[in-house]
Amino acid sequence: MNFFDKLIELFSSAKYMESMFKGLGATVLISAAAAVLGLILGTIVAFVTIAKDSRAMKLPKLLCNIYITVIRGTPMALQLFIMVYIIFAIKGFPEMITAILAFGINSGAYVAENIRAGILSVDIGQTEAGRALGLPGRTTMLRIVVPQAIKNVIPAIGNELIALIKETSIVSMVSVYDLTMAAKDIGSGKNLASYLVPMLVAALFYLVIVYLLTFVIKMIERRLRAGDKR
Amino acid sequence: MISVKDIHKKFGDLHVLRGVSCEIKDGERVAIIGPSGSGKSTLLRCMNLLEEPSGGEIWLGDSLLTPIDPYQHADIIRLSNTYATLLAEERANAANAGKTAAVLSSEICERIIHGRLLKKREGKAFATALKACEKQKRIDINLARRNMGMVFQHFNLFNNLTVLGNMMLAPVELKIMSREEAEATAMRLLERIGLSDKRDVYPSTLSGGQKQRIAIVRALAMNPKVLLFDEPTSALDPEMVGEVLDLIRELADEGMTMVIVTHEMGFAREVANRVLFMDGGKIAEEGTPEELFEHPCNPRTQQFLKAVL
Repeated sequence: MNFFDKLIELFSSAKYMESMFKGLGATVLISAAAAVLGLILGTIVAFVTIAKDSRAMKLPKLLCNIYITVIRGTPMALQLFIMVYIIFAIKGFPEMITAILAFGINSGAYVAENIRAGILSVDIGQTEAGRALGLPGRTTMLRIVVPQAIKNVIPAIGNELIALIKETSIVSMVSVYDLTMAAKDIGSGKNLASYLVPMLVAALFYLVIVYLLTFVIKMIERRLRAGDKR
Repeated sequence: MISVKDIHKKFGDLHVLRGVSCEIKDGERVAIIGPSGSGKSTLLRCMNLLEEPSGGEIWLGDSLLTPIDPYQHADIIRLSNTYATLLAEERANAANAGKTAAVLSSEICERIIHGRLLKKREGKAFATALKACEKQKRIDINLARRNMGMVFQHFNLFNNLTVLGNMMLAPVELKIMSREEAEATAMRLLERIGLSDKRDVYPSTLSGGQKQRIAIVRALAMNPKVLLFDEPTSALDPEMVGEVLDLIRELADEGMTMVIVTHEMGFAREVANRVLFMDGGKIAEEGTPEELFEHPCNPRTQQFLKAVL
């Protein structure tokens, strides 16, 4: 059978398409949930790391810095294995949840650095002007610095989300049935007996998700930048 | 209005202000001039605590803005009869422990050690007295800043807000005015500087001169008692300096109290009724513009004026 026959067979067989969409569902679910977790975690960590030095913040700051260093300094696959085989090696604990936690925690470290950089990129003069008018530090942060930081941060966060979606493909290594796993499954001997077609189709699926996401990010960016003509 | 008492400011090892004292009276227009690095801007920024002084006091009217120094306060001194003994004990301890005198003799280190030990010995009485005098004299810096408008070298208009948004944010956010009042005030001020047609544009579309004039009226919208200008024309193209100076001159004529750090000697001479010349973190000379520009006494002042005029 040639390439096109296989392609038609893949798309016309309900069984294969079901596997494909099941995998797609898992990939989207893990990515989305991890992204939400990562954004929340990253935001908190970012604000802790930029907080003024004080005795009360010393320990939280230290912990956040250790978190960022360790997560960014070790491979994602290893972090996933540690989560699945050591920390959550409880019988019957759903791997899906473990995977979401692993990716969310990983993503959080990168998001934190992006947000931190975004906030620091806002000219200190903006804060000074706010404070000089008598606005409290918190109000200045929320009404002046954060809105400007968001604009600077969106492209970097977009990059991080894209990387996250593609990186979730390694969950197939801990036998979670995601898009990559589906492609492997369909392509294996007892099914289509061809890896080429399902792999290409899976790649196409990833491409479409990422493309859609890119589109949404561009749209948000355009809207946020409506204010400043350059 | 503003009293500065023996202000010191250190950035790490850099001693920028070395004991500056001055008094800004109601309705006075004080220009601060001096070579770059002499601490002019730092002094101005200390006045509204954008820089926290390393020592000394800043007073706005009869409220103290800088943290209370417990050892200069009478109630505390009365409580701290043990000060000298404690210090001597500490010094002896440190010497016994083989610590260098340099570590210990640093003024701040002394105070910390002293404070902690004193608190331990005097206990509750010390803490209560300290709290009482803090309450009595020190006021919330955010409240104080409402009365001190500041104009920056780089304008610092809020880039994410329109011109009107820039002017309304603080009055509305701080609940000084209702939205309508704030808008009316802002429009009145914008009309005054002839920029009411710019109400809905973002700062990025404005010229430098327009930005600075809006920054000035933004400060005015808070009804401040004093305006602090930090080199208001240094970042402007030459053809825009005039419009900004005109506005400042207008405010001066209306009797606004102001402190102006500037390199525009002609302007300082014309607008100010007192000029401070700073050099090396100290006020080297002060006087009326005539005195200072015509007959400078200090050789540093003479040298500086010769170079810039």
